[in-house]
Parts: sequence; C-alpha cells; structure tokens
Amino acid sequence: MNFPLLSAIVLVPALAALAVAVLPRSRDDVVRVVGVVATLAVLALTVVLVVEFDTADAGFQFVSRHRWINDFGIDWALGVDGISLWLVALTAVLFPIALLGAGPTRDVKSFTAWILVLEAACLGSFLALDLFLFFVCFEIVLVPMYFLIAGWGYENRVYAALKFFIYTLAGSAFLLVGMLSLVFLHRAATGDLTFDLATLGESTAIAASTGRWLFLAFTIAFAVKVPLFPLHTWLPDAHTEAPTAGSVILAGVMLKLGTYGILRFSVFLFPKAAVDLAPLLLTLAVIGMVYGAIVATMQADLKRLVAYSSVAHLGFIVLGTFAFTSQGMTGGVVQMVNHGLSTGALFLLVGMIYQRRHTRQIAELGGLQKPAPVLAAVFLVVMLSSIGVPALNGFVGEFLVLAGTFVTHRWWAVVGVSAVILAALYLLWAYQRVFHGEPEGDNATMRDMDWREGLVMAPLLVLIVGLGVYPKPMLDRIEPSVARLVQHVQDRGDLKTPTVEAPQPDPAPGAEP
Amino acid sequence: MLDAAVLIPALPLTGFVILVVLGRRLGDPVAGWVATAAVGGSFLATLATWQGLLEREGEHRSVTTTLFSWIPSLNVDVAILVDPLSITMALFVTGVGTLIHLYAIGYMRGDRRFPTFFVYLNLFVLAMLTLVLADSYLVMFVGWEGVGACSYLLISFWFERNSAAVAGKKAFVTNRIGDAGLLLAMFLLFGGVGSLTYGEVFSRAGGLTTTTATAVVLLLLVGACGKSAQLPLFVWLPDAMEGPTPVSALIHAATMVTAGVYLMARSSPLLELAPDAMTVIAIVGVATAFFAATVACAQDDIKRVLAYSTISQLGFMFLAIGTGAYVAALFHMITHAFFKALLFLGAGSVIHGLHHEQDMKRMGGLRRLMPITGATFIIGWLAIAGVPPFAGFWSKDEILLAAWNKSPVLWAVGLVTAVMTAYYMSRQVYLVFFGDRRRAGVDEAHAGDDDDAHDEAHDVHESPATMWVPLVVLAGLSMVAGVMNLPFSHRFLVLERWLEPALAPHEAAHTATGTKIGLAIVPAVLVVLAILFARRWITRPSGDGLEPAFLRRAWGIDALYAAVIDSPGRAFAAWSAFVVDRRVIDGAVNGVGAAVREGGGRLRAVQTGYVRNYALGISFGVVALLGWMLFRAGP
Repeated sequence: MNFPLLSAIVLVPALAALAVAVLPRSRDDVVRVVGVVATLAVLALTVVLVVEFDTADAGFQFVSRHRWINDFGIDWALGVDGISLWLVALTAVLFPIALLGAGPTRDVKSFTAWILVLEAACLGSFLALDLFLFFVCFEIVLVPMYFLIAGWGYENRVYAALKFFIYTLAGSAFLLVGMLSLVFLHRAATGDLTFDLATLGESTAIAASTGRWLFLAFTIAFAVKVPLFPLHTWLPDAHTEAPTAGSVILAGVMLKLGTYGILRFSVFLFPKAAVDLAPLLLTLAVIGMVYGAIVATMQADLKRLVAYSSVAHLGFIVLGTFAFTSQGMTGGVVQMVNHGLSTGALFLLVGMIYQRRHTRQIAELGGLQKPAPVLAAVFLVVMLSSIGVPALNGFVGEFLVLAGTFVTHRWWAVVGVSAVILAALYLLWAYQRVFHGEPEGDNATMRDMDWREGLVMAPLLVLIVGLGVYPKPMLDRIEPSVARLVQHVQDRGDLKTPTVEAPQPDPAPGAEP
Repeated sequence: MLDAAVLIPALPLTGFVILVVLGRRLGDPVAGWVATAAVGGSFLATLATWQGLLEREGEHRSVTTTLFSWIPSLNVDVAILVDPLSITMALFVTGVGTLIHLYAIGYMRGDRRFPTFFVYLNLFVLAMLTLVLADSYLVMFVGWEGVGACSYLLISFWFERNSAAVAGKKAFVTNRIGDAGLLLAMFLLFGGVGSLTYGEVFSRAGGLTTTTATAVVLLLLVGACGKSAQLPLFVWLPDAMEGPTPVSALIHAATMVTAGVYLMARSSPLLELAPDAMTVIAIVGVATAFFAATVACAQDDIKRVLAYSTISQLGFMFLAIGTGAYVAALFHMITHAFFKALLFLGAGSVIHGLHHEQDMKRMGGLRRLMPITGATFIIGWLAIAGVPPFAGFWSKDEILLAAWNKSPVLWAVGLVTAVMTAYYMSRQVYLVFFGDRRRAGVDEAHAGDDDDAHDEAHDVHESPATMWVPLVVLAGLSMVAGVMNLPFSHRFLVLERWLEPALAPHEAAHTATGTKIGLAIVPAVLVVLAILFARRWITRPSGDGLEPAFLRRAWGIDALYAAVIDSPGRAFAAWSAFVVDRRVIDGAVNGVGAAVREGGGRLRAVQTGYVRNYALGISFGVVALLGWMLFRAGP
C-alpha cells in the first residue's frame, strides 16, 4: 500500500492541533468539531490499519522511512508490529472518547489543541522505529499533559502538575544519556552513526557490562512512567488532580509508554542485561501489584483509589514482560490494552459522579445504585473487568501473564496471584460504599446516566465484553511479534530457563475426544 | 439429538439478552415468565441431548462440540462437552432451575426491581451451564467465576440493606481466595502437561509426579472449599442468606455450591494419582459436615439452619469424593438438590406468608395455616433426615458405606453427623409447623422490632400457585429420587452404570452383604430415635436448652477471622498507605525536590553579578591551576 498510513495517523492530529491554534477563540463550536473529527479520523485510519495488518508477519509493517537529520543518521521512521498495533488502536479509541465524554467546560480552544498534540505525540512514540524520533515524541507528551493538569485540574493541580513534569523529566534524563551513549558506542565500534532501532538491536558492539548500565538508564526512565514501585508517587497526585480527560489519557495511554518502552527498547536493545536483571524487575513488579492493591484499599478519594489500582495492574504487565515466555509477554501486551479500556472507563465514570456530586470522597457518597441504576450497572461491569472476571477483557491478560510467569518464575507468580484476591477486595469495598446502602441527601436524587454519556461508554463496554469473549483476533496479531522478541531474547540473552512447552497436539488422539 | 447441546447454554443467554434490553418494558410478571421459559427451554434441550447420548454405546458417550477458539496460545477452545457427568449436572441445574424461576415469579412479585432479578437469574444459569459443560479447566473457570459474580449480585440484590451489601462482598472475596488456589492448580497443570483441556490433561496426567499431582489436587480443593463453603472458607454461605430466598435455593443450595463437588468428580483421574490428597479431602469433608451440623442445631433463623445444613451436606459429598465414591457424591448432590431446594423454597413460602419473619422462635403451628407448604416441607425433612425410603436415605447410606470402607473413624463421625442432621431438621419442623404460634414479643431480644406492632396472625396465608407448584414437584422428587441408584443389585444401580464412563475407576474394598445391611439399619434406627427425641425436647413447654452460645456463634470462627485477619490486615493497609507510601516513599521524593531547591538557593548566592567577585574567583582559580601545574612539573 502506497498511502503513508502511519505518517497520516501521526500527522492528522498534529495538523488538527495547528488548525485549532489558528482558529479564533470565539469559535468554540468549530474547535470542538475539528477536535472530534480529527480524533475520529485517526480512529478510522487505525481501523484500516488493523484490518490490513498481516497476521503472519512478525516484523514491522507499513514502514515509512525518510531521512530527517542526515548528519546524525536520524530518520523519520515509522512502523507497526503486533505489539504497537494494539497500543495505537487503544490510543485511537480513547482520545475521541475522552474528548466527547469529558470535554472542556472552559477555554475549549487550548484544551482541544493540547489534546491533539498529546495524541500525535503518543502515536508517534508507539510507531517510532528511530530512537531519536521516539525520544522527541516521548518528551513532547509531557508538555500538553502538564498544561492539561495545571490548567483544567482540581484544587491541588499546580503541585501535581509540577511533580509529574519534573519526576518524569528526571527519568527522561537517564533515557537521553543512555540513548546517546548507545549510539556513540555503536559508532565507535562500527563507524556507523545511526539511531535506527533494528540496527542497534542486532548490534553486538556493546559489551555486556556496559549494556547493563544502559539497560538501567533506559529502564529507569520507563519505570518512572509505568510507574514501577517505588517510583509511583507522582501518579496518584497527577491522576487525582487531572481533569477527567487527562486522567483517562494518562492512565489509558501514557502509562503504556513506560511498559511499551521497556518491551520495545530496554528488552530489545539489551536482552542480556534484561535477562540478568529480570529478578530485580520481577520483584519490583510483584511488590507493586500487591502494594498498590493494599494501598488502594485505604484511599478515601475514589480517583486516588483507581490510581493505585493502576500501580497494581501495571505491575502485571512488567511481570509478564520479564517472564520471557510467549504467554507472559503476550499477556503483558493484552493487559496494556485492557488496563487502558477498564481504567479509562473507570475514570470517566468517576468523572460523571464528580460532575453530579462535586465530590470524590467515598465517605460522602453512598447508595447511588438506587437513583442511578444504569450508571451503577456500567460501573459494575467495568469493575468486574478490572477485577479480572473471565469473559470480560481483564482476565485474558492476567491469566496469560500469571501462567506465563509461573512456568519460568514460579514463586513470583504465586505472590502475584494474591493480587488477584486483593483487587476484588478494594474494588468491591469501594463499590459497596459508593453504590450500596440507602442513599441520603444529595445522593438520593443523583441524576442517572443520560443517553449521551451512555453513547460514550458504549464502545468501551463493547470492547470490554468483546475482547473477553473473543480475544483471538487480538492474540493472533500479537503473538508472532512477541514470539520474535522472545526468540531474540533467548538467542542474545543466553536465556537458560526452559520456556513453556507449547501445547503439542495430542499424541494419542481419541483417548477422550 | 446431540445438536441440541448448543441450545442448552444458548437459551439462557437469549433470555438474558432479551431481559437486559427489554426487561423494564416487560416488567412484572412478564419478565419472569420470559426468564422461566428460557431456562425451561434449556431443560428440554438438555433432555433431548440426554436422549441423544443414551442412543450411543458407553464408551462413545463423550462428544465435544467446538464453538470457537478462545485463547490459542493455551490451546483452549470454547466448546461444549457432552458426557454423562456434564449432562447429569445440566439436567438438574436446568430442571431445578426452571422450578425455582417459576417460584420466583410469585416470590418476587411487586419488587421494585423484578426484571433485574431475572436478568441476574438467567445470567446465573448461563454461567452454571458454562461451568458444567466446559471441556477444559479454563472455560470451566469462566463459569466458575461467572456464578460467583452472579452470586455476589444476587446476595446483595437488596443492596439498600447494609447487611446484604456486606454479605455479597464477603462471598465474592472469600471465593476469590479459593479461586487463587484454582488458578495455581491450572498453572501447575499447564506447566506439567502443557494443556488445560480435560481430555489432554487426563491422558497425560500419568506423566506427573505424585508430588505435583498431590499439589494440583490440593489446590483444586482450595478452590472447591471456597465455592462449596467447606472449612475453613465456609464463612460466606451463612451470610449469603441475605439474598432473596429463591437465590438461596438455587445458588446456595442446589447448584452453585455443588460446583466444588463437580470439580472434584470431574478431576477424578487426577485424584486417583494423589491418594494422600484424597485423604485430606475426606477429612475436610467429614470435619465440615460435623462442624456445620453442630452449628445448625443452635440457629434460630429459619434460613440459617438450612444454610449450615447445606454446608454439612456438602461436607458429606466431599467425604464421598475423598473415599473415591464419586457416584455416591453425585447421587447425594442430586437428591440434596431436590430436598434442599424444596426446604429453602418452603422456608421462603413461610417467610412470604409471615411477611418477612425469619425467626423460628416466633413461628409455630403453620402446618394448619399453610397446608401445602407444611406437607411438602415435611417430606423434605424426612428426605434430608435420612428416613427410609425417602431420597436422602439412599444417597447418605452410600456415603457412609464408602466411609466405612476407608476408615471406621470417618464412618463414625459421619454417623454422628447424620443423627444430628435428623435432630436439627426435626427441631426446625417442630418449631415452625407444629405446636402453637408463638407470638411476636415473646423473645425479649426482638422487643424493639417494628413488626411486633401489628398483629399478623390473621393474614398468614398460603402462597400462590407459582410458588406451591414447584414445592409439590420437588416434594415428589424428594420422595422417589432414591430409585435412581438402589443398592440391591448392579441392575438397580442406574446412576452408577450411567456415570461410570465419565469417572475414574476407584478400587473399593468389597463389602459383604450382611455388613451392608447392618450399615444401612444402624443409621436408620438412630435417625428415627433422634427425631423422636427432638419431638419430645422441642415441644416440651419450657423451650430451648440445647443451644449453647458457642454453637450459636458458629464456634466463634467468624470472630476469630475478624480478629486475626481483618483488623490486623486493615491496620497493615493503613500503615502501608499513610506511613510507607505517603511519608517514606513520597516523603523521599519530596525530600529530593526540597534538597534540590535548597541547593539551588545556596548556589544562587555565587551568581552575584559583581565583576569583582568573579575576578576574585578567577584569580583563585588561576593560582590553584598554577600551583597544580608546578606540583605536577616538580620532581
């Protein structure tokens, strides 16, 4: 296909942001339309991408490569494989929903422009095949999010925005140093100055000990973004103070930049170091899963509770990644998408409650199921998906992660399973306190979900049920790319642990049909 | 006729979808009839499938219909497995389910959320059928969690009541502990044999070491203990009685709670590889049976007696599984489904008739006011007590026989439990249906209740036909269900011959006919004596006496859990959230931030803007550099 699909996906929101920027401030209506149309256009392009995607091809597809900065060997290089495909799709789904479901109440123009810049940068990060291009996009993401939190957030927004910005920027400094070291060490060894991901990944120029340091530099930057325990404390603040749309994008898309970065860059570029340091990361992941859940139980603020649940859920993804089995890694990728859908939906719902009740304090809510049965029912389904009840999306990822981890790192998986119990505890307890009981005061007269809000939630619910019942189309596209990455790690990382025995066809058919 | 198998889950699914979309418009009672028709249709489809299976020879009675691939990398398909075991389960799930749906139309009449109730009920049947018809552990787990979620929804159906909301959550979380065991069992199996499909697991299970097999079975048992409310995870079931009574009958007596027994029976090829684990199962079962029976003797709430009774009877089924008597376990599961559903529905009828009175100490003489409920309840009582020739006698007899063959200790404890069962059920029947109505206000503990204000005696009424028809059908089944497995000769063991191909063979010691007869007569005689004792004891004028507070509080286990797990857990969580997270971790982060700001502030003093200061600095620098060079250039 000659149409530069991926470039279009990245550039449509960027150009739309420019268009919004030049529109007059008085034309809020036009601005809104431009924003929604642009995000929906990206969604449409992404649907084409998913449909045209070749399931059999494990490598990068739709590659588009143009020389950007010749002197430094930097390319505008985009490509998609089974791992990034679904993150692009997730981004494309969540942005229009965030705009439609939690649009701005004031200063529409700036809000929409920042959202569009954010979308372009997120998509660029997921699609970049050039380290420099990735770094640029990865950093740009911070700017619009900073302004979204600081401009449209709640009471403590300035503190939260600054903390978010400085914390993640500090992480990025490691990434910058690591990236430049890698590139120049590579040039010193081969004489070839390039930022190309594939070339660097296949390179053998980096000594194992150096690789370990570089792995750590990359991984610290990503771990802040994930966030991996104990680097997580910016998250509850940022989540709580961000406007609803910001929280949806932050949890749904931006955290995945961290887990995606680990998968795409840390593990791919430094497989040996990844294997050597896997126990450390697995341990932090498991601690995060259990710790996030325990801390979530005690939160008095509904948004903070959801934020800590993210810490727990993102731990699953890191666990699956460093299990280095095809099941674990596939589960990790699936979990990235599922967490985006479930947590995005949860933030939208919490936003709806806040909009009506002007509080997020669990103690001030109660009995909401009586005046708002539809809202309660939607919340329930999303909650069950987040808990990981099978036949909804969350289960597939969790099960694959834990099963894949159990094969190679048994005891980490055993501890991880306890997070499954705790997830039920904190979410059901919160649900009970918010929705059950006899409603009093303003709670008794709270407005139920209207059709417009229902329309915004509907696609999320369809995906939550659809991906839980029939995840095969998604898994079929993820698995070849993951298998390739696992193979890469095994070949280059001296992985000694036996991988999972793939289920062979039954040697004795007819034993029990 | 095997093609009808797809309809078995498809019809409740259709009912569920219709009710989700149109439920509110259909309203009360049409929504209920739609739901009942969906489950009834599913029952007919099960009958048709059963016929299809009967037309085949023994070994060919196992047919898998693959619907679609679910998780390819685990080789797990969504498929329907039709074999004697799954069809037996499906038959009584849909059969009893239909009756209880019908009953609920009457029972839930006038409830504000009548259609929602049937949405949940249809969804539950769908999940339960997924559980029993799955052909792999993973898809079984889908149903397993699905019934758990429905159970949560239905226990807290009257969510305005705080106790109902708490009970729902407790059920879900306690079950999750069991589920964690089940998950680990699946991981071990997948790691060991590379598959989760029953057929492949069982054909390759021989390759597992005994240790692994034992671990798998024990982990499965953890899951089963959660779902089937066995020690130590039983605590959720008594509280689950907060749900509407049809729910207690369907989910917490007849079907869902038996899922653990089904799981064990389905896994019988694995159990046979782990004899030590089987002993553990038998012990857990008999201990639970005994413990719950003692507690049931001291409860005053009509539904809580039945709840502990259910726990106890499930314990009998685990005892049977642990002794390798899988057929006996399933036999008792079926008869129990009939008579326990009957008892619960009868209790519901009483509660309905008395306008939500549940305290047995304030009932009495209802036999005359509610003749149908009374008569059918009495049949259920004789069946569960094990009076010949009612259904419970035959199935309990099988279990005690199997226990005798494994160990006389198991048998003795089982026998004592059976006698206690007769006692507490007689206590219930005499308190509720015989004697005179004890008036509200007699018991001081209830002096403050609102219900005391008005005199209800005149408007106690028999329940409508939608409610008593299911009672009559279940009463009939409780009388005659024993015939499906009569121990007289191999020819009469219909259930055993039918189920055999689906279960692992277990070598049982041969028992002499004389012993068998003796083992049947002893409990029968003791049970009758227990009933006579209860009659004397309960109907004597002075009232209670055999109800120590220790038993009333279920041996204080709930309080123990609260003290050992709940409070320290909460304290630990609070410490994690407020001390570790906020002060230590976030404190360190903010500390770094403050340090940087402080350092920056200090350094700012250096940039004064005065050229003379910079010049001074430069001169110091030059001197230092010169000094260093001189030093280096020196000797």
